[in-house]
Amino acid sequence: MAGPRNISVSEASRPVLPRHAKLKYDDTRKVWVILAPERVLAPDEIAVEVLQLCDGKRNVGDVSDQLAAKYAAPREAILADVIVMLQDLADKGFLTEAREKTP
Amino acid sequence: MSDVLPTIPPDTSDSLAVLEKSRSTAETFGIPLAVLLEITHRCPLQCPYCSNPVELDRSGKELTTDEWKKVLSELAEIGVLQVHFSGGEPTARKDLVELVKHASDVGLYTNLITSAVLLTREKLSDLADAGLCHVQISFQGVEDGLADRVAGYKNGHRKKLEVAKWTRELDLPLTVNAVMHRQNLHQLPDIIQMSIDLDADRLEVANVQYYGWALKNRAALMPTVAQLDECTRIVEEARERLKGTLAIDYVVPDYYALRPKKCMGGWGRQFFNISPAGKVLPCHAAESITGLDFESVRSNHSIAWIWQNSDAFNRYRGTGWMKEPCKTCEFREIDFGGCRCQAFALTGDAANTDPACALSPLHETIFKQAEREAEGETNRFLYRNFAGGTLESGNDA
Repeated sequence: MAGPRNISVSEASRPVLPRHAKLKYDDTRKVWVILAPERVLAPDEIAVEVLQLCDGKRNVGDVSDQLAAKYAAPREAILADVIVMLQDLADKGFLTEAREKTP
Repeated sequence: MSDVLPTIPPDTSDSLAVLEKSRSTAETFGIPLAVLLEITHRCPLQCPYCSNPVELDRSGKELTTDEWKKVLSELAEIGVLQVHFSGGEPTARKDLVELVKHASDVGLYTNLITSAVLLTREKLSDLADAGLCHVQISFQGVEDGLADRVAGYKNGHRKKLEVAKWTRELDLPLTVNAVMHRQNLHQLPDIIQMSIDLDADRLEVANVQYYGWALKNRAALMPTVAQLDECTRIVEEARERLKGTLAIDYVVPDYYALRPKKCMGGWGRQFFNISPAGKVLPCHAAESITGLDFESVRSNHSIAWIWQNSDAFNRYRGTGWMKEPCKTCEFREIDFGGCRCQAFALTGDAANTDPACALSPLHETIFKQAEREAEGETNRFLYRNFAGGTLESGNDA
């Protein structure tokens, strides 16, 4: 019944914010925030861009492809950065993996 | 991202200040990120340390559904991001699902702070469908005997365990809130294990803070220094062992601290709550301070105006109101002189230094008194109710 804890982010994972973590633009303070139980986090622009691509359909590889194309940057470097960032978020309990069923 | 996401110290008592700390624009009198909504004072439980005021609002004074909806819309508009539906027991209101739905519709993140005993699986499922984001359930112990005695409610503990299970089945994140005191601190290791077994994400180990009802029950609740040291050791060990599995927030009773806590992050700085009758308050105990007039959402003023301009919020804001020893203290901007409600309750003047502070002339007397009470034999509770409290029968001489 319980969702998986301690997920390990790889190129093939399809991460998504869990239902209790909500990415939202705070119109009052003009910043993006992640709302979570008893927490409000302020991710930076890159993190926001990555998280917006994490829809539970794209895998980490797809996300990196897209960012590499957009910024004309080496894919491997982007991929490494994205994994580190998402793993950090997962370790804090603010990231989960999409279930096996592909929507 | 590690240097992007602000590090959250696990022992922070005001973790919602995270954004303020990292973004100076939202700091100091910016609208708080989260607001506590005490939508009713009605509650089937009678916990002797209830954080509600001793003078409870009767149901006839409660804001109506439409009034609460208007409040929720206004909060979202002025920049509040999260609301905590609390009480009393928030599920005692029949319109809770409607209120949660409205809060979600206007973009608010919603928490339910509940005793759980009135919930059915269907009601919880309706709340989840309405957009509820997080459930916090209070526990009074780990076994029926003590837990039900503290709550003054038969079979409550069993029901809580059941609701906690439904919460996780519905994929809602769960926080276990354990209020700790002399009579249940020995159960702390089992409470930690219970939280893991219930698949909770967070555990709040909240030692009783002694205002209102708890102050009336201080002799029955105050832990010994040895108990508290053991409690701290257990929490520190568990935090290390359970990293990534269970986050533990820890609140110590400030009587045994040398420095007072920065209560509410400072009066009128990052927190307000709304009482069942619609009063906008700098803290849930603020009405215990006599001589302050609190504005209501039913007045002609907006919530933002009340927060920024009302006399009650400005009275103890910043440091201008301070007397010695706070006035010239090097820590005055760090702890803002501690808790105003505690200063009022124990010294008769809310502008005095909180006696929890070692620099208060009353600290020594009060600390000694607490120590004597902790070693004493009084275990009988004065249960919280609308009748001004009922003394427990038996349990000590």
